[in-house]
Amino acid sequence: MKRKLPLLITFTVGIILIISEFIPHKPFGQLSGELEIWFLIISGFAILLGQLSLFKVNIIKIKFKQRDWQFYVVTLLSFIFMVTLGFLWGTGNSAGILGHGESISGAMGYKPFDFLFHNVYQHLQATMFSLLAFFIASAAYRAFIGRTVESNLLLAAAVLVMLGNTTFGVLLTGWLPDSLKFLHLPNVSEFIMTFPTTAGQRAIMIGAGLGIIGSSLRIILGIERSYLGGE
Amino acid sequence: MEQFFTTLGIWLGALFTFAIFSFLYKDNPFYKTAEQIFVGLSAGYWFVYTIFFILIPNLYNPLTQDFSANWIKLIPAILGLMMLMRLIPKTEWVSRFPISVIIGTTSGVFFLRYLKSDVLNQLTATMINPFIGDSWVTVIGRLMLIVGTICGVIYFYFSKKHTGALGVSAKIGIYFLMVSFGAAFGYTAMARISLLIGRLQFLLGDWLGIIHP
Repeated sequence: MKRKLPLLITFTVGIILIISEFIPHKPFGQLSGELEIWFLIISGFAILLGQLSLFKVNIIKIKFKQRDWQFYVVTLLSFIFMVTLGFLWGTGNSAGILGHGESISGAMGYKPFDFLFHNVYQHLQATMFSLLAFFIASAAYRAFIGRTVESNLLLAAAVLVMLGNTTFGVLLTGWLPDSLKFLHLPNVSEFIMTFPTTAGQRAIMIGAGLGIIGSSLRIILGIERSYLGGE
Repeated sequence: MEQFFTTLGIWLGALFTFAIFSFLYKDNPFYKTAEQIFVGLSAGYWFVYTIFFILIPNLYNPLTQDFSANWIKLIPAILGLMMLMRLIPKTEWVSRFPISVIIGTTSGVFFLRYLKSDVLNQLTATMINPFIGDSWVTVIGRLMLIVGTICGVIYFYFSKKHTGALGVSAKIGIYFLMVSFGAAFGYTAMARISLLIGRLQFLLGDWLGIIHP
């Protein structure tokens, strides 16, 4: 029951959704719509599970005073702080336990949860990703060493695309006569993006698409069972 | 009062920006603290978002507003609670039932979605007449598109050894994939640099007021 029933549920749900595409009438059309809402609700609980799991893992690290445990206290405090503000005064147009908090929102310019989101979370996120600009430079050095035809192609495509999207690129080839306009760097960049890059992306999409279709069939038919875990 | 909180917000932003950038020197307590605050706030944000924008409109509101028409939503609610049983090792197996619903739905939806968007639509878009174009550059481009797509797909065919004609086609496929990766890398690098410029604009404009947009 612990293994067979989940397999049966997966098969039934998967088959209903596939059939509903070909027979969009009662009961399949209705069932597939309802199943998609169920999916959304259960996924919501799965997200909560992720956050609670993070909470549990951090508590364990603090309890056993693992290396750098003090920083995990900061994680927990900021998590609790954010959740508390969200529950008390809500976010956006949604009211919290204490309503919309007009007075506090008036004083802060935002609801407290949104204040934290705009003034701390967004800055942290943008800086964290901008930090990668420095590391991507060293990654580029390693990736772009032109040893083979493949790495040279990678280098040429990246450089041309980057130059074509900057004013420097426009300046470099802006003097070209009309008959050679196709060599103007923004045009070269556009050509690369429209044709060879699309071809490569398309091949990846078709390959990955076929792989996903195969995996989905294996899961629905119960051949692939790794999601049930060990035992 | 609003002015005070606006200034506080800018100072908080500047403080955390410097804390994260301090990692460029070396790993340090300021960076670690900012990093953990980011993790905590991120988890807290998604926790609140899930409740306010997923569970309340799709579960709580329908059940409280019209229970008799929406009682069926109790099933995903119970399945969702069963999912939380995963936190307790002894009752972990209970979460297999909601997981099987999620996996079944995802498989069914992905089967159809990828069949249409990633396979059929892409194949249709590749079946073009390359010689209908407004210039010879477009004709060459369209030929490259067709050859590149076919050769790229051949490269992903691993059931036969890549030798002879198949090997040559796969090699051409790799070249197209490399151009594609190079362009993607170029765009990623530009996006990161654009974010860095945004940070500098914030520090020099909003915080120090040296530059004005």
